[in-house]
Amino acid sequence: MATILAVDDSASMRQMVVMTLKGAGYDVVEAVDGAAALQLAKSKSFNLVLTDVNMPKMDGITLTRELRALPAYKFTPILTLTTESAADKKQEGKAAGATGWLVKPFNPEQLISTVKRVLG
Amino acid sequence: MTVDVSQFHQVFFEESLEHLANMESALLQLEGGGNDPEVVNVIFRGAHSIKGGGATFGFQAVAEFTHLVETLLERIRSAKTVITPDIIAMLLESVDVLREMIGALQAGTEIDVTRSAALQQRLTNMLAQAGEGLADSPAGAQVVSASESVDDAGWRIQFRPHRHFFRTGNDPYRILRELADLGHLEVKADISALPSFLDMDPEECYLAWNLVLNGKISRAEIDEAFAWVEGDCDLIIEPLATPIQAASTKTTAEVRRADEKPASLMAERRAGQDRRAEGESIRVSIEKIDTIINMVGELVITQSMLSEVGAMVHGLNDTALENLRDGLAQLERNTRELQEGVMRIRMLPISFAFSRFPRLVHDLSSKLGKKVELKLSGEQTELDKTVMEKIGDPLVHLVRNALDHGIEAPEVRRSQGKPEVGQIHLEACHQGGNIVIEVSDDGAGLNRERIAAKARERGLLAEGVEPDEERILDLIFDPGFSTAESVSDVSGRGVGMDVVRRNIRDLGGNVEVSSQPGQGSRFTIRLPLTLAILDGQLVRVGDQVYVAPLVSIVESLQVRAERINAVAGRGEVYRLREEYIPIMDLRRMFGIDTANSTLSGSLLVVVEGEGKKLGLVVDDLLGQQQVVIKSLETNFRPVACISGATILGDGTVALILDAGQLVNAACGNAAYEDSASDKVTAAA
Amino acid sequence: MSTLNAMQNDIGLGVAVNADQYLTFMLAGEEYGVDILRVQEIKGWGKVTPIPGTPEYVRGVMNLRGTIVPILDLRKRFCMDQIDYGPTTVVIVLRVECEGRDRIMGIVVDAVSDVYAVPMEELRPSPDFGGNVHVEFVRGLATVDEKMVIILNIDKLLNADDLEAVSDAE
Repeated sequence: MATILAVDDSASMRQMVVMTLKGAGYDVVEAVDGAAALQLAKSKSFNLVLTDVNMPKMDGITLTRELRALPAYKFTPILTLTTESAADKKQEGKAAGATGWLVKPFNPEQLISTVKRVLG
Repeated sequence: MTVDVSQFHQVFFEESLEHLANMESALLQLEGGGNDPEVVNVIFRGAHSIKGGGATFGFQAVAEFTHLVETLLERIRSAKTVITPDIIAMLLESVDVLREMIGALQAGTEIDVTRSAALQQRLTNMLAQAGEGLADSPAGAQVVSASESVDDAGWRIQFRPHRHFFRTGNDPYRILRELADLGHLEVKADISALPSFLDMDPEECYLAWNLVLNGKISRAEIDEAFAWVEGDCDLIIEPLATPIQAASTKTTAEVRRADEKPASLMAERRAGQDRRAEGESIRVSIEKIDTIINMVGELVITQSMLSEVGAMVHGLNDTALENLRDGLAQLERNTRELQEGVMRIRMLPISFAFSRFPRLVHDLSSKLGKKVELKLSGEQTELDKTVMEKIGDPLVHLVRNALDHGIEAPEVRRSQGKPEVGQIHLEACHQGGNIVIEVSDDGAGLNRERIAAKARERGLLAEGVEPDEERILDLIFDPGFSTAESVSDVSGRGVGMDVVRRNIRDLGGNVEVSSQPGQGSRFTIRLPLTLAILDGQLVRVGDQVYVAPLVSIVESLQVRAERINAVAGRGEVYRLREEYIPIMDLRRMFGIDTANSTLSGSLLVVVEGEGKKLGLVVDDLLGQQQVVIKSLETNFRPVACISGATILGDGTVALILDAGQLVNAACGNAAYEDSASDKVTAAA
Repeated sequence: MSTLNAMQNDIGLGVAVNADQYLTFMLAGEEYGVDILRVQEIKGWGKVTPIPGTPEYVRGVMNLRGTIVPILDLRKRFCMDQIDYGPTTVVIVLRVECEGRDRIMGIVVDAVSDVYAVPMEELRPSPDFGGNVHVEFVRGLATVDEKMVIILNIDKLLNADDLEAVSDAE
């Protein structure tokens, strides 16, 4: 079963993402910021990382860069959760090594279909 | 399956309020002259988060409003706009508006758009004036240069991933699959770039594909499939009607993006500058905590029952008995530690209660035209969550009083040789089993003459009597007493110091005041650390055991029959040094039979409630102990003069006395005279 | 289902469709019954803490594994003669519904008798005894083995007045 790492400093967003994806049959682990996510990623391997961009301690862009530096995460799909008004953020994410993005606001259906795109 | 997002609403509201609180603190910091970019980041992140959540969960008004705030903050962050006091004021107001919105959403009431609409207009104007357009509003437009017309025949696509394609985490197979879902896809792999096996780096992509996609498919749909990988591949997408152009570097898809700047300069997020509490935490519902606290309360009772039994056990040999006693002693230690630990779960730092004051002082002092500096100390002092919630209003009242009546206007202060800026100090610390909170100011202090005059006016003080210091200061807590010349809307109508004291008393605490004319005043509040446990004095009344809260007891003494005076038609009073205090025979009061129906040989427990003293006649003083407060109302109803019940070590129920209600009951029938100052206290 | 119950309550037979078993007990020579689904437990008589300002039939409160539970003396409630409590005196702990809430309360009875099944249809309305047990407390009469059993409406034992806070002590 595919395991997803969901990173967002907003508890309500995390809850929504976790419950939506769990309901769709995925295993989900959550982290409140980039630093916590990096720690988790080092001890467990995930099939997909969903990360918010604006977070304290370590933001999503830095997290992406750090993850790509880990051998286990060279090819892992990493998606940033950005708001549409921050168009440059999408490219920033890509430049840091992200696979793609998901634009906020999104509803549960959009989330599931995007994850399915990537994980199959 | 559809997920109902409304279940996340409450969490969103709570965290948005937290964000707003952080934003407010940060704004006040900026106002104080701070220039720290990280502070601006906090404000930005807060707005960004609220906007994201608002949009996700369908709160359009919140999302739209916050979008403006976020745009403004982004400009400030990128130094396109300079922070001015006006901007800070506008942002502070925005915080207020958002609080109201979230509050309305939480309560399920209508959002009042008047205030937000006005502010929204001002923000929009401000942003427009700056000359730049607003950032993309929540309906990001996609510019497609190629035609969007649906082509009947289909498309021809050349897909050439760059060498490092896999390192983006993208999988060409995924894209091909998506295209295949759109229509009929013919795939021809181009392996011309594939090196020999030995030279091949398995992490690189050497493959390319020529695709023909048949069907009624729009260009946008194809672009969507390649949306993530535009910069990582060469793409040529052409309608089937036109022949393939010679491979060129620029693709129509790539023209869409205005700029492909590499990762722009990013400010280094400073580690450790986290406004949230350090360390991990999880949210737990209050019910779960209360359940655990109740269970631990039960454990304490059971453990003390066991201890009593253990003390009475006979018939075991010495070793067994000693082991039993040791075990019970260990159990008591463990239980006490567990209880203390569990009580701490509900404890939070008082900073939560103090947090509203910087803003309050800031707004109020400018409204009153006074210069005030607020100093907070001991913010990490912890107290029970429920106590903290209830102490907020009394504290606000005291601080408002200090601002309104205590601190003088700047000119007045200057003329007295005081610094223009007045000081208000909120301080908290632990003392014994209590938390002590002090509200002090360096203002004018309490004006004794004015207090005395007002008291005489209200009939609280007889003419010609000069009350002592203690009595004067105590007068301000009397109901219906207010020395404000006019009831200013700052200190509020009808909320007097008597309510403050009553609220604090309800929490099991008390409040005292000390003051120096011309130098300032200090209000000292003492509160128990938790509501569910009480330090009690056990008393025997007849064959019943009652518990008197230690915090209400002034003193206990042996009854001297000669000091009892009957006051005609009013009951009995006891001469205690210079005072006459009413007494209440609990045996009679509670209808308990007792061998000794006279007052001599009994004990008098003097309690204080509602500002008055009362002597309770009891048969005996038993020990002092901490008791767990149990409700009578759960299965029965509230009982007059009884605040609750507890279970003693022997398993029996003991009722807990309510000093305030007892005092009222005693005085309800009569007035009593204080012969020392010869005044009359009117019946409550 | 709830409408059906309400209707039945109006008629005075308020018995939920499935629960027609009653725990019976003796009180002054008469046999009374309570809905067995409401019985939480049966305790021996133990020390009770009296509460000031309560009617005589409220003996006080008792500790039931950490919960404070009021104890009613049914003889006093029904204005019967008092007797000394003896070895068979028991307290039946009941779950009652009073003033919109569920509460736990105990009733002191002379002795516990038996458990009988009485189908709903066999419950007869009670004529007004004109004396001790007021008709409001009685749900109906049942005949078991040629004996009469008085089925009680326990939700009425503690009434609204009793549950109001008394604001001034006497």
